[in-house]
Amino acid sequence: MMTTLTNNPPTRSDPRRPARSGGLRRGAARLGDLRIALLFIVPALIGFIAFCLVPTIRGVYLSFTEYSVLGEPEWIGVKNYTAIFADELFWNAMAVTVQYVGINIGLQTLIALGLALLMHRVAKSTLIRGALLLPFLVANVIVALLWFWMLDYQLGIVNEVISWLGLPRIAFFGSEQWAIPTIAFVNVWRHMGYTALLIFAGLQAIPNHVYEVASLDGASPARTFWSITMPLLRPVLALVLVVTVIGSFQVFDTVAVTTGGGPVNASRVIQMYIYQKAFGESDFGYASALSVILFVILALVAFIQMKFLKGNESDLD
Amino acid sequence: MKKTLGAVAAAAAIAMSLTACGGGSPSTTSGEAKGDINYWLWDANQLPAYKQCAADFTKANPDIKVKITQRGWGDYWTTLTNGFVAGNAPDVFTNHLSKYPEYASKKQLLSLDEAVEKDGVKLDVYNEGLADLWVGQDGKRYGLPKDWDTVAMFYNKKLVKDAGYTEEQLTNLDWNPQDGGTYEKAIAHLTVDKNGKRGDEPGFDKNNVAVYGLGLENSGNGQGQTQWSFLTGTTGWTHTDKNPWGTKFNYDDPKFQETIKWWAGLAEKGYMPKLETTVGASVSDAFGAGKAAINTNGSWMIGQYTSYKGIETDIAPTPKGPDGKRASMFNGLADSIWAGTKNPAAAAKWVEYLASSDCQDVVASKAVVFPAIKSSSEKAAAAFKAKGIDVSAFTTHVKDGTTFLFPITENAAKVDGLMAPAMDAVLSGKKDASTLGEANEKVNSLFK
Repeated sequence: MMTTLTNNPPTRSDPRRPARSGGLRRGAARLGDLRIALLFIVPALIGFIAFCLVPTIRGVYLSFTEYSVLGEPEWIGVKNYTAIFADELFWNAMAVTVQYVGINIGLQTLIALGLALLMHRVAKSTLIRGALLLPFLVANVIVALLWFWMLDYQLGIVNEVISWLGLPRIAFFGSEQWAIPTIAFVNVWRHMGYTALLIFAGLQAIPNHVYEVASLDGASPARTFWSITMPLLRPVLALVLVVTVIGSFQVFDTVAVTTGGGPVNASRVIQMYIYQKAFGESDFGYASALSVILFVILALVAFIQMKFLKGNESDLD
Repeated sequence: MKKTLGAVAAAAAIAMSLTACGGGSPSTTSGEAKGDINYWLWDANQLPAYKQCAADFTKANPDIKVKITQRGWGDYWTTLTNGFVAGNAPDVFTNHLSKYPEYASKKQLLSLDEAVEKDGVKLDVYNEGLADLWVGQDGKRYGLPKDWDTVAMFYNKKLVKDAGYTEEQLTNLDWNPQDGGTYEKAIAHLTVDKNGKRGDEPGFDKNNVAVYGLGLENSGNGQGQTQWSFLTGTTGWTHTDKNPWGTKFNYDDPKFQETIKWWAGLAEKGYMPKLETTVGASVSDAFGAGKAAINTNGSWMIGQYTSYKGIETDIAPTPKGPDGKRASMFNGLADSIWAGTKNPAAAAKWVEYLASSDCQDVVASKAVVFPAIKSSSEKAAAAFKAKGIDVSAFTTHVKDGTTFLFPITENAAKVDGLMAPAMDAVLSGKKDASTLGEANEKVNSLFK
């Protein structure tokens, strides 16, 4: 589209050509683009329909049924939903998930912002910038297992160091107080470099002359940060937050390979609960209803964040 | 190890396969017995034995080829369920008592009655009760026994000797839920704190324990197979109103709650690790690191416990309880045929071969588990002995008839889903054992 418009500017100034024909030709060109565009979109569209749209619709349908996988789904109306609202474990899972998201996103965003500023201002070497990204290159499950071993109560190296320092050992994954903060920490460690990279890209997009003007006016570094960097970074931050919050709500693998939801129910996040209901207890109808609720919550969260942080507008204009 | 991607892919596969199995069930006796058979098992230690069985089987039946796939316990059941739905489950697979009732009621298993009758499979060659475990509520047979397991105490020889205990003393411990009997005394004495004080000495620091008398795996959920069922079994308590196919659980019984209370008290006294410290390294690895003197575990763990370098392990039977006898849960595995197999006749032949002494003697010779057939069991015990391991602590339960069967019920996964957090809460001292009565109500409402 862009190229057509620039190569074929409206030729209204040309007296030999009636304005209409230009419009027609543009219409035809647009249609031609549509075909090409469709061709490019089709592979993604097939994937979207097969792996997103159809399963979503079927998931919504299944949420109104009792379905044990082995057998036919049986329509039961909103029974699953009424049961969920009376289900203590569901509310517990929501509370645990929100706690996790709070710790995870709070810490991660702060650290990533700090790292991004360091990358922008201080650490210009590609090696150091690359090293920050290293944890993200390791698979989630591996990272989780690695920390699971290092933080083990009896044999883990971290607890060996703690006890060598004369402090009491900590059951990082085993105690109800520590389980969620520990899992959140593990994921912060893995994702901070990646998040920092996204913010770093946003920092680079801020034109230098704004900073020059600020320093000419004698603004302090703190003032520059709050009055220039943060406002101009807001669209990127909003996007980063939307993406990371949604990802954070869907935490699963770290929990699955470490605590499995325990101790008691202390780390039974919503995705874990869905998984256990569906694949552990073969209650796919109930699990689908839980998934639909999570879907609605995530859609709302994304909507509110975009609206509130005005993520689709830039202050640079 | 469940990965998100796997779960998503599985969900998509399930979502997109619009039909589950249907149509009439095929027969194990019609059609020609030839073609390829897919066979699954979860225990990697047993893989070599079964590969040998498959090779021997193909030699005798050149028309049938067996392909064996081993998957870890964590992946095994979800992959199997997905296979049922997607239509690519294995023809024959190792089945578990906690799983087969659901598969049978959902018509995923092929009845073996016709084949057993036609080929004259003798069911009395197996250890008592093992064959009957696999007869479903509908009276049909859904598996032929392959092996069995009981529970015993693995102990660190050096730590026990240092504590002044003899092998004979450990073999003759007794237990009761009030003061724990000589079983608790031994556990207390085997516990050593950082300063070298034993658990039964004054000045023992329960918050700084170097070696625990008794290791802890987890709360045991609703079954407590290797954790507490060998204790509750001596009090006259049973998991359900009847077994198999009980519909009422007894977690509200004072006898059960007393036992659990005593057991949770060990952690409180510092003789056993606290539950929160057991998340991570397995109980056997902690034993291997010399952090516990005694572990109660199942016979399938013999290989694991005797493989730790620098640790000399011996095995003693579980203590005698208030009824003057020992007790052990008796669990038996079997091989089942998937209802969707394209080769029912060949699958039946393979299952029969697995259940025959030809194959079970091969398994016995590898000294990893106890095969279901009596004569093969004895051969396995001899094979263990040849490796220098005395397994009489496990076999004594079978010899003396002190076993009770693994509770077979419907809704097993849901019962576990309710009991795991309830038991965790009691064992970690967050809740009193009497709260298990509330959990029991929830469990029993599953059967209404």
